[in-house]
Amino acid sequence: MNDTLSKIEKRTAYTLLLPAVFLVFAIVLFPIFANVWISFKEVQLKDIRIPEPRAKKIVKSIPGDNTKLKIVYRLRNSSLIEDINNIKFSDNLPRNIEPVNLDSRCEFKSKKIKCDFGNWEAKYRENFEIVIQNINNNVINKNTIKSQKPKLSGDADNILLTSKFTLKNFKQVFSENEFLDLLLTTFYFTFFGTIGAIIFGMFAAQLVNQKFYGRTFMRSILLFPYVGPVVALAYTWTLLLDPNSGTLNALLVNFGIIDKPINLLGQKYITLNLLGFDIKLRLALTTVIMFEIWRYFPLAFLFILARLQAVPKDLYEAAEVDGAGPLRKFINITLPQITAILSILFMIRFIWNFNKFEDIFLLTGGASGTRTLPINVYQQGFAVSNIGMGSAVSIVIVMLLIIFMIIYFKLIGKRANEI
Amino acid sequence: MRYKPLVIYLFISSIFLTLVGSIWKIMATLQGLKLTEINFNINFLLALLLSLSLVFIGNKINHLFKILVLPLIFTFIYIAINESAPIWYNVGILLISLFFTNRVKNYNLNYLKEDFVSEKIVFDFLSLFAIVFFAFIILFPFYLMFVTSFKLQAALLYNPLDLSIDFTKNISDQFKSYLVIFKTYDFGRYILTSSIVSIGTVIITLIFAIPAAYAVARLNFFGKTFLSTSILIIYMFPAIVLVIPLYTVFSQLGLRNSIEGLLIVYTATTLPVAIYMLQGYFKSIPKEIEDAGLMDGQNWFGIIIKIIIPLSLPAIASVALYVFMIAWNEFLFSLMFLDNPKSFTLSRAINHLTGDAETPRQYLMAGSVVVTLPILLIFVYFEKYLVSGLTAGSVKG
Repeated sequence: MNDTLSKIEKRTAYTLLLPAVFLVFAIVLFPIFANVWISFKEVQLKDIRIPEPRAKKIVKSIPGDNTKLKIVYRLRNSSLIEDINNIKFSDNLPRNIEPVNLDSRCEFKSKKIKCDFGNWEAKYRENFEIVIQNINNNVINKNTIKSQKPKLSGDADNILLTSKFTLKNFKQVFSENEFLDLLLTTFYFTFFGTIGAIIFGMFAAQLVNQKFYGRTFMRSILLFPYVGPVVALAYTWTLLLDPNSGTLNALLVNFGIIDKPINLLGQKYITLNLLGFDIKLRLALTTVIMFEIWRYFPLAFLFILARLQAVPKDLYEAAEVDGAGPLRKFINITLPQITAILSILFMIRFIWNFNKFEDIFLLTGGASGTRTLPINVYQQGFAVSNIGMGSAVSIVIVMLLIIFMIIYFKLIGKRANEI
Repeated sequence: MRYKPLVIYLFISSIFLTLVGSIWKIMATLQGLKLTEINFNINFLLALLLSLSLVFIGNKINHLFKILVLPLIFTFIYIAINESAPIWYNVGILLISLFFTNRVKNYNLNYLKEDFVSEKIVFDFLSLFAIVFFAFIILFPFYLMFVTSFKLQAALLYNPLDLSIDFTKNISDQFKSYLVIFKTYDFGRYILTSSIVSIGTVIITLIFAIPAAYAVARLNFFGKTFLSTSILIIYMFPAIVLVIPLYTVFSQLGLRNSIEGLLIVYTATTLPVAIYMLQGYFKSIPKEIEDAGLMDGQNWFGIIIKIIIPLSLPAIASVALYVFMIAWNEFLFSLMFLDNPKSFTLSRAINHLTGDAETPRQYLMAGSVVVTLPILLIFVYFEKYLVSGLTAGSVKG
């Protein structure tokens, strides 16, 4: 009895899970593995269309003889690199009409022209002509001939499914001079973006945890940057920071803080003079990090606030009795209470920022020293149109992610559920 | 006499007053006022003077009298030493100093002798300033977006500092950018597409996620622990590593440029987090209620429909809003999969607008307002649910 019940339970569980699991497998897990496959192939963006035989039908009248028509089929192989084999062609003719002197590759049977074109190599083109006539020597209606579309079929290799593999993509990814720079940029962006967001979030949370007039309003608007669509916000920032007509530069120039506008998103380096030292700063990258912090500190704020509100009030009261000031209370009570959430936040935000694509893409497109690994996937895959390379970079990202996740689960994975 | 609290008080409060004054000046400049001097040093000295007199007068005279007279004197000196400005600007200065004196009305030499008073002062002014600061940096870009959509490209190029809205224009001129993006750029269609995609994603995600989450939360089956861990792991893989294979497969299947394609991808990428959030909530429902349902002869389907869903409506609302937000704001997949303007979503359409350098920026910003406003309104209205969705969705997933 019990046995059958648990069997039913199992079967129900699998039935309930199946649709979701299947979908996630198909759209999330399968692509991750497909990346491995594609990354070992030499594939360009234009190759991913399956090669197909195509025909464009043109009907011409023959001068002086309107019982005959000439049909020209412009035949071609749609692919520039793949052959197509075993090409079959067929086209229907209306009643009482038959071809004259049909090509030897073709035959005419029950109103149908059927041809066997054999193999077409890549880029193949041919103008294939048929003359047709009406058996009863009547005029042929051009439009009925035109409206009939020819059918073609052929066997072609799908380049994604062939067994040709190469290590070229990976060699290229790692041997590129910029790979180290790419990695450094990614880590710089990820690290400072994460730390900055957490620090800002901590301040904001500390602030909202106090009582003041307009606190609920403040709590709402603090989440705006995260809730708003990235496209709108990124373009607003681009406008704000624009060197020629951006408000920020105009303000700074107006109040004499800078002499001439700075291209905050288009300039790779800026040299700052701090206390007599010249410091070379990655300007565009820093600006992008600022945007990143602005957009994601609300999340850190939300978590830290939730944690702060759970800190028992009597801890603070006891500290007050013992004569502790605000600073001491913060260092000795608040900080220890939130370190756990801070470390979790750091790990999670680190992983998320590491993958960030849209923000950088919309602000700079990866120019002026802001090219990170995710941006590189896009550039290789769609700007350079090298799908194989793009996949190889994706694989590098996945590998690094796996390392981060192992660290995450080793350090705090179990505790994450308790907090 | 302890000098340390006094010095800290004077310094911090004057810095605060000067900074808030400067922010007011910046905001006034952005309304078209021609002010070019921040005068930080001299205004700081003036603020110092005010703070000093406030603390030395202390309780010696009537509070109300003190609060009213000192700001007036402050404002008059301020007007005298700063550039001339219209009356509304100076009224602003007066209000700021009124607020300030009211804030520190209890400060006197005796108060400064209390324990930890300097720390308290620092924290007080720091949090006051933080309110102004956070409100400013968060709202300013939104304000800029909104205002720009009502301005003309030429006016902005001529004077990027003037962000004031000209209310004398008639309605159709005022909303010209909006009329243009709806008429010329077909934004009505994009709003429709975005709504269909987002709402569709929410519905399909829920249909798939609720049964799955129920199975994970309640039923015993082989591979359960494995499954619940992998949900988390899968959620951490970013869209950018999925994009190339999906692009190739979708191209070959002809799913690009279709709403169906987007729905499939959005649903699949939000499913893990939806399942994760729901199963946590389902676990908190007392099992006895379901057992009662089982006794009544309900099957699993009946239990989910009649017991679980009604009991977990708040959690379902959270998930729905969270998923809606993700789908509405999504950009990468819509960039990759859509290149026919007929099937654009709002985000993709705005991105497409920037492709043409000739597109005036007020249209771009009008489009941005159109995509931002609905999601912000939804957020403000359903804040409670969305916040719990965000909380569950982002750290744990």
